[in-house]
Amino acid sequence: MPSLKALRMRINSVKSTQKITSAMKMVAASKLRRAQQQAEAARPYAIRMGRMLNALAASVADSPSAPALLAGTGKDQVHLLIVVTADRGLAGAFNSSIGRAARTRARALEAAGKTVKILAVGRKGRDYLRRELGSRIVGDISYAGKRRIDYGDADALAKQVTAMLFAGKFDVATLIYNRFQSVIAQIVTEQQLIPAPPVKDEAGNSETAAMPEFEPDEETILNRLLPQALAVQLYTALLESSAGEHGARMTAMDNATRNAGDMIKRLTLNYNRARQANITRELIEIISGAEAL
Amino acid sequence: MPINLEIVSPEKLLLSRDVDMVVIPASEGDMGVLEGHSPTTVTLRGGIVSLYEGDRLLESLFVAGGFAEVTPDRCTVLAGEAMAVNELDRTEAEKRLRDAEEAHAQVDSDDLAEGELALERVHSARAMMEAIDGLLSGH
Repeated sequence: MPSLKALRMRINSVKSTQKITSAMKMVAASKLRRAQQQAEAARPYAIRMGRMLNALAASVADSPSAPALLAGTGKDQVHLLIVVTADRGLAGAFNSSIGRAARTRARALEAAGKTVKILAVGRKGRDYLRRELGSRIVGDISYAGKRRIDYGDADALAKQVTAMLFAGKFDVATLIYNRFQSVIAQIVTEQQLIPAPPVKDEAGNSETAAMPEFEPDEETILNRLLPQALAVQLYTALLESSAGEHGARMTAMDNATRNAGDMIKRLTLNYNRARQANITRELIEIISGAEAL
Repeated sequence: MPINLEIVSPEKLLLSRDVDMVVIPASEGDMGVLEGHSPTTVTLRGGIVSLYEGDRLLESLFVAGGFAEVTPDRCTVLAGEAMAVNELDRTEAEKRLRDAEEAHAQVDSDDLAEGELALERVHSARAMMEAIDGLLSGH
């Protein structure tokens, strides 16, 4: 049985931990709301961009001179994995589930004889992957210290990826990130960026049926639209991941706060029992002492 | 008959309203869009989007390049950036023009695509200056 003093100290320490976790939960909740709003605000552009791209891609699909961003390099040897994680921990399994997915993917690709390169976005993912796949990491980016991710960040990332493609550094690019579904559920998502996956034909969409005119020609527009579309995809993923991070942290901190509460209850019970036992023992000692006289 | 005009930037939906006519700065010349326009997709240069109701000018916005999608009842402008013309800042525009010109001067002459992009940025910054000057001279 630990001493009363030791118990008191433990109770106090758990109480301060609880204060921290509950504060972190509040902070995560308010950041989550902001991240969700930002993701919501970015959606109209992404939707319209997708619509425009679909129309364009459909019209050049068979052309042999389709740009590399759309059609890839025609090879399938070097795979680039863009792994998006958070910069901070204490968010439950948020970072490690991405790390695990990236590792599984990298191993599978290497087993198939492909070369894997990793671009780590977010400090946690980089640290996680460095241990086992350190030699495959070709670059890392961190947004630590930034209050919010803006479109410029995504645009810069897209430029970096595009430059790597044109320099022949990879053939296929896949994005691995956490998609925000709800506060308790983040879904690890693998999304192929380059070459762009075949256009999904939405049933009942009559708009794509009418072939629009293009000015200047399709190719010029595509060459300008594709880098932008890549940036938009990355921006969406970064925002989803950021919302997911705050959601995951909120859940994790909520659990931690509850666990700390349980622990305090148990420790307080032990403390009171020990106190009672002490008093009883002292009483017995006094009474038996008095009787002996 | 009105058409629905939407101006969207990557970060948010900036404007969505019904107008009678809109003039957009397509890269091959300004383009007036009325209801019933044939479906067209164009790239934009830096310039001014003007919204008209009847023949009254409602609003002008500066866009720094982008794309526009026109359908018979809708005009969607995907702008890299858009600002109301009377909120433009001259010092900011001058700085942008300087930066763009510098960047253009430094581009490798072999890299055609990059050079074109840089040139476009210079034009866009110039258009921004012109927009401000036009405003000052009471245009």
